[in-house]
Amino acid sequence: MDREIQAELLEHMQMGIDDNMARGMSREQAEREARLRFGSPSAMRERVGAEDAALGLESLGRDVRTALRGFVKSPGFSLVVVGTLALGIGANTAIFELLDAVRLRSLPVLKPGELAEVRIAGGNGGFGINNGLVGNFTVPMWQEVKDHHDPFSGIFAWRTDEMLLGKPSDAHRAYGLEVSGNLFNVLGVPPWQGRLIEPQDEAGCDLTKVVASYAFWKSEMAGAPITANSTLMVEGKTVQVLGVTPPSFFGLVVGDRFDLAYPTCTPPNPRREVFALSVMGRLKPGWNLQHATEYFNALSPGLFERTAPEGYSPETIKAFKAFRLAAYPAGAGVSYLRNEYNSSLELLLAITGLVLLIACANLANLMLARASGKQREVAIRMALGASRGRVLRQILLESALLAMIGAALGIALAQPLSRALVNALNTSQNSIHLTILPDWRVLVFAAVVSVATCVVFGTLPAVRNANANPITAMRSGERGVAGNRERFAVQRAMVITQVAVSMVLLVAALLFVRSYRNLMTVDPGFRESGISVGYFNFPMMKIKPENLAAYKRQLVEDVRALPGIENAAGTTNVPLSGGSWSHHVQVDALDGSSKFTYVSPSYFATLGIPLLTGRNFTDRDTNDSPLVLVVNQTFIRKYIRTPSPIGQHVHVRPEPQYPERTYEIVGTIPDTKYGDLRDETPPMAFVPIDQFPVTAQGPFLAMMFAGRDRSSAVETVRRMFEQKHPGTIMQFYDFEQGIRDNLVGDRMMALLSGFFGILAALLVVVGLYGVLTYFLAQRRGEIGIRIALGASRRRVVGGLLVEAVVMLLVGLAAGTGLALLAGREASSMLFGLKPWDPMVLAASALLLAIVTLLSSLVPALKAANVDPISSLRSE
Amino acid sequence: MAKNDLQGALDLLILKTLSQLGSMHGYGIVMHLRRVSDELIIVEEGSLYPALHRMEQNGWVRANWAVTDYGRKARWYALTKAGREQLASREKNWEQVVKGVNAILRFA
Repeated sequence: MDREIQAELLEHMQMGIDDNMARGMSREQAEREARLRFGSPSAMRERVGAEDAALGLESLGRDVRTALRGFVKSPGFSLVVVGTLALGIGANTAIFELLDAVRLRSLPVLKPGELAEVRIAGGNGGFGINNGLVGNFTVPMWQEVKDHHDPFSGIFAWRTDEMLLGKPSDAHRAYGLEVSGNLFNVLGVPPWQGRLIEPQDEAGCDLTKVVASYAFWKSEMAGAPITANSTLMVEGKTVQVLGVTPPSFFGLVVGDRFDLAYPTCTPPNPRREVFALSVMGRLKPGWNLQHATEYFNALSPGLFERTAPEGYSPETIKAFKAFRLAAYPAGAGVSYLRNEYNSSLELLLAITGLVLLIACANLANLMLARASGKQREVAIRMALGASRGRVLRQILLESALLAMIGAALGIALAQPLSRALVNALNTSQNSIHLTILPDWRVLVFAAVVSVATCVVFGTLPAVRNANANPITAMRSGERGVAGNRERFAVQRAMVITQVAVSMVLLVAALLFVRSYRNLMTVDPGFRESGISVGYFNFPMMKIKPENLAAYKRQLVEDVRALPGIENAAGTTNVPLSGGSWSHHVQVDALDGSSKFTYVSPSYFATLGIPLLTGRNFTDRDTNDSPLVLVVNQTFIRKYIRTPSPIGQHVHVRPEPQYPERTYEIVGTIPDTKYGDLRDETPPMAFVPIDQFPVTAQGPFLAMMFAGRDRSSAVETVRRMFEQKHPGTIMQFYDFEQGIRDNLVGDRMMALLSGFFGILAALLVVVGLYGVLTYFLAQRRGEIGIRIALGASRRRVVGGLLVEAVVMLLVGLAAGTGLALLAGREASSMLFGLKPWDPMVLAASALLLAIVTLLSSLVPALKAANVDPISSLRSE
Repeated sequence: MAKNDLQGALDLLILKTLSQLGSMHGYGIVMHLRRVSDELIIVEEGSLYPALHRMEQNGWVRANWAVTDYGRKARWYALTKAGREQLASREKNWEQVVKGVNAILRFA
């Protein structure tokens, strides 16, 4: 278009020259005359173009090209703006998407809003044996509600379990989902292939039929069509694969997956104290959660009366019979992740929100500075005849284009960032399976906020310019025309905001990094390095329960005898692995709960736990000799009132399989960590493994062994078992690594908050540098005059620095207040320090101060070097 | 009442020229106005081209490239139907303006 106008005007001039020459002028004269008459070709082109530009799409393309050329000319500015936008939008969206996947999204089933879970109101208080997250119902309880569920059109029970896939000698783990017959019907999950589990499949407790998940079917069965001959080797048996579930169905645990679903069954004498099932139903029309809760509450007294377990003390049974059922929403499924990371994710979302705020403040400053720097250019273009609308449009387009490039990059970044986050939460033992869906709401929100910031602040000064008289604007040059003072105020406010918010982010970063460091360096009271944990299962040996203790002792001795193994011990609980085992104890008049662990005599030596007083266990401590205990210091503080704990008797209340017993304390050890590094040490008691009740014996053993070289130690043990105890199912992991894996959430918080803290500090550098440079540019003339009038350069530099320091101090004060306020939310996530940790506050303030001074030094030095002559000449 | 605009006078001259000549390029329009008015009316290029492009945007004229008698390429403008209607209304409007101006001048 531009070129066309140019061609038209050029031809016009040529015609004039032709005519002049025809009238007898020389070529030179003719050209001169034509040009004189024609006037400035570029001004003319601009004016003609302005007439066309009113609508033409083509001119838009031209403006875009001009804008892009401008970006290339100032790459630093463009990169900072685009990068800020991309990170602000990308990080926000990524974390929101993760939060959404973990917490907000509904299960991929029919009308998830109608699903409700039935649980004991307030939980069962650790009664009996609990199977983690989904263990809310015992089998007898489930049988009671199975036929009494008026609020529900359908009801089902389920649980998760591990299965062994393939031949026993070469088995690997698969995730099992045990389901009652109508689970798929009630959920409304249709078969992808074949058929799914139906009520008639619940007959018989032998595992003969399974349903595969889509992912499992694709990877392990190569997606082959399901026929009557589709079989798999599961738990050493051949089972038939009935069908495949749809790709979207991952089970009911968000963040988890299942490989095979199999029908539940009702054994003749189900355990009455094992809480293993989750029970859910679909509300009938006209019923809500409150009515359902009322119904189940009314049902409870009879239900718990009939399902009460035996072998407990009367008080315990009374507590059981007082349980009441209630209905809870279940449309979003259940999730370990939700329980564990909910507050972390919310905090991260808040942090990224703050980063977006800083980013916007930064963008506003940058755009403002740039637009103000363009005043002169705008004035010149308008003086040359460009229309106001045209100049405005060009500037608007430039800001919008920059914002859009940044936003597009942010959108592209969101998904990979979200996936990286999920990967950061994966550990060697637990993998997380989440479907991260692009969330348009938050993407649009973040994009609109930041793009609007860019456009508004990029255009505002231009609008003001457009209304100013070009002559004044040009004459006063970079000094700016109107509203100098108020514009500076806006920018100062933005720098202060940036400093304050950065302070909050830096404090958060330091808190989480230090908390993580504390967790990494906390002394658990025992040796972590070079220890391996092995789980051994030997059901096929068919050893009688009364002989199991001797067999397990033999296994430990076999391992201890191996070359390269320093020591080994059997235990019923591996510390810091999340497991827990308690009994109710009574010592004289004091009673309460204590952790109980049954260990080999070599346990304390293997883990390097010193015996403080008394004696260690020996091989002679068996079920035929007096029952003995080693207790920790917390146990002594809580239950022992005599000067010496040695010789005190500890009475243990009965539980199913665990008879009533009285132990004598023979030794004491220091406090060591038990279930979680963060928790205070509970009262702990150790019993010789040979005194484990015969009634509770099972064909499995956990062993901890120390070896100089970990992997070769594991290999030695594995080989020995294959030769001497073939058929044993083995699983190994590194003790230290396992403990570290439990800190993955803390590591994520430390990493991400650290990242955002650094990002915030960087943004402050850029923002401050930009603003001070801009101040300087605006006041070059003034500084020049002052220097010409004899002001010392030191005073000039000082003036600029004072301005920076004032902004810094106000920002720091506001930031400290905000950080203290925000810290309260984070205190439960911190370990070993308080949210108002003075060291952290001081370090953050110091860091920001250094950053601020460094970023103001360059502009200040530039100001000192202003040459009065040249700065005044440009006026 | 006549809508008075002296800028409208230029539009009127261009529209009239195009209606008389059928189609013409910018230089030709300038030359035509000079010749016909006996050098009394000299249109500046700085006004002519913006006006032509504005009229094109308004759909009063259409333009395409063609070669002149002297072998130069030029953008030739011609009236559209809307342009002819515009010319009619402008001519009428102009007569009113002239009447009005004369009445003022003759007032004694």
